[in-house]
Amino acid sequence: MKPTGAQSPRDHADPVDLNPAAATASANGGSARSRKSGRRVNASMVIGAGLVVLIVALALVSFVWTPYDANAIDPAARLQNGSLAHPFGTDTFGRDTLTWVMVGARITLLVGVVAVGIALLIGTPIGIISALFAKQPWGIWIDSVIMRANDILLAFPALLLAIIFAAVYSPGTGPAMVAVGIAAIPGFARVARSGTLQVLGTEYVRAARASNRRIPAIAVVHVLPNIAGMVIVQASVAFAISVLAEAGLSFLGLGTQAPTPSWGRMLQESQQYLSTHPELALWPGVFIALAVLGFNLLGDGLRDRFDPKMEARGA
Amino acid sequence: MLTYAINRAVQFALSLLVASVAVFALMSLLPGNAAQVALGTNATPEAVAALEAQYGLDRPPLIRYFDWMGGMLTGDFGTSYVTGAEITPVIVGSVQVTAILVVAAIAVSIVIAVPLGTFAALEQRNWIGVTISGLSQVGIAIPNFLAAIILVIVFSLTLGWFPSQGWMAPIEGLGGFLLRLVLPVVSLALVQAAILTRYVRSAVLDVMREDYIRTARAKGLTRTKALFVHGLRNAAIPVITVAGVQLATLLVGAVIIEQIFVLPGIGSELVRAVANRDLVAVQGIVMALVLLVLIINLIVDILVPIVDPRIRNAA
Repeated sequence: MKPTGAQSPRDHADPVDLNPAAATASANGGSARSRKSGRRVNASMVIGAGLVVLIVALALVSFVWTPYDANAIDPAARLQNGSLAHPFGTDTFGRDTLTWVMVGARITLLVGVVAVGIALLIGTPIGIISALFAKQPWGIWIDSVIMRANDILLAFPALLLAIIFAAVYSPGTGPAMVAVGIAAIPGFARVARSGTLQVLGTEYVRAARASNRRIPAIAVVHVLPNIAGMVIVQASVAFAISVLAEAGLSFLGLGTQAPTPSWGRMLQESQQYLSTHPELALWPGVFIALAVLGFNLLGDGLRDRFDPKMEARGA
Repeated sequence: MLTYAINRAVQFALSLLVASVAVFALMSLLPGNAAQVALGTNATPEAVAALEAQYGLDRPPLIRYFDWMGGMLTGDFGTSYVTGAEITPVIVGSVQVTAILVVAAIAVSIVIAVPLGTFAALEQRNWIGVTISGLSQVGIAIPNFLAAIILVIVFSLTLGWFPSQGWMAPIEGLGGFLLRLVLPVVSLALVQAAILTRYVRSAVLDVMREDYIRTARAKGLTRTKALFVHGLRNAAIPVITVAGVQLATLLVGAVIIEQIFVLPGIGSELVRAVANRDLVAVQGIVMALVLLVLIINLIVDILVPIVDPRIRNAA
């Protein structure tokens, strides 16, 4: 899909997205006019990808090196503010906050990857199959049953489902990941369904049908590649939601359990020192926000890239 | 319109039925039933059997389901095995707290988001529009519990304007009630306002491209006037839908805010029930929450065609 050279009135992409030339020139909106042909790389995507890379790098580096041992207790150095020895300060046991932020990134990413993986691998096929049935006169009812079930699942927000899982099983990272993943299934199913319906209406699918291609083959050859972009965008958005959900659950004590470092629990433990050491709440909070911002921006940027005509919407 | 409303009501009842079966199955059929969970893993089999017999847990699942469902239909959510207390009054009391919190938060976020989003759309090429879009993107990334912690540090611990926690019923003192409500409501509303602003902006942008706005402009109306006379009603439709979804999400999402500010809302009750391993209470509260979410969805679905005659006539 080639973007047109001149800017049509309909093409009002998000003004936060700037083209590469504009991004280097100035950061204000006036430059949105200078859009030229060629694949657009926008500011949303660059900033989002940068933040995601930062979080991933923190987690990866933490496997090889951290400033201190995550569980090393140092009573002499408890509740310190930022210093050269401890750039982000220390907590009530004298543990290094920077180390905890680095190791905590692992859980955040693990939960995101597993939850999004579950939702993507289950939700996408459900959406495609539902759309395929919707196109058959005898199969419309199957499509509506699947979509109604989807709607019912939507009545269970990620946090609620995770709390139920924590009640039935014991609270922990595992049940949290699965619950957040299941709660994200309807999102993928809807995206895959509407994308598939669009693809099934195209000329080339009709041509394939006319030349007696079987439906499963059409799904794999034509539908999958064409909805992949939308699914990836959904994955990025769902990742942001799962970061929030994990942090929230761990904050409630229903997610990652001690002694595994997690940003949500760091934030929770900082609560009683708010009046004396607000810094303890600052760092985990900032990194949760950066991770969510990163995946949201990446999703927005990818959406613009995969479909330049489509405007970046809220969710 | 009437058939549409009846259709939606039937769908609502079916969804509720399926959801109740799902919740019951999840909570009651898994190994380690409510009695076992309530007594802990060290309980003797005799003690578990005694508690099972006392609460009728030794009956077949189908009978127990109908018993539970029948009770709920008459407003009886059962009796806790752990505390021995009736669950219905707990739910009714705590839902009121959460409802006040959540409705106030959504109202505040609408008051912030509608003007900001409209402005951002009208000024989208301007630095003001870009700033609003950028800020809303950052706002979405800030979890409400982080916002709450920052607000507590600034307005409660530092400035001392508002209490950092606690709840007072309106009848005990309206001033105290409002004073304690400010920080929790603002922490919820800020993030929701950021999300809603993006939807309002996108909805207004869509409306501004419509033919009827061009006609109004051709007749000599200014952009702003055309929007106010013809556009806003149309832009309201997606905004109502999103606000409904937000309201439903917040019912559960407020749980963390309730914990931070020690508010006796339904989320706090749910977390307490999970911590007490009180599966009957968990089951009842979850069902009450799902019921509320489905009611909100039903109201939104019926409200939208009332606002939009095109949907009304199509349906």
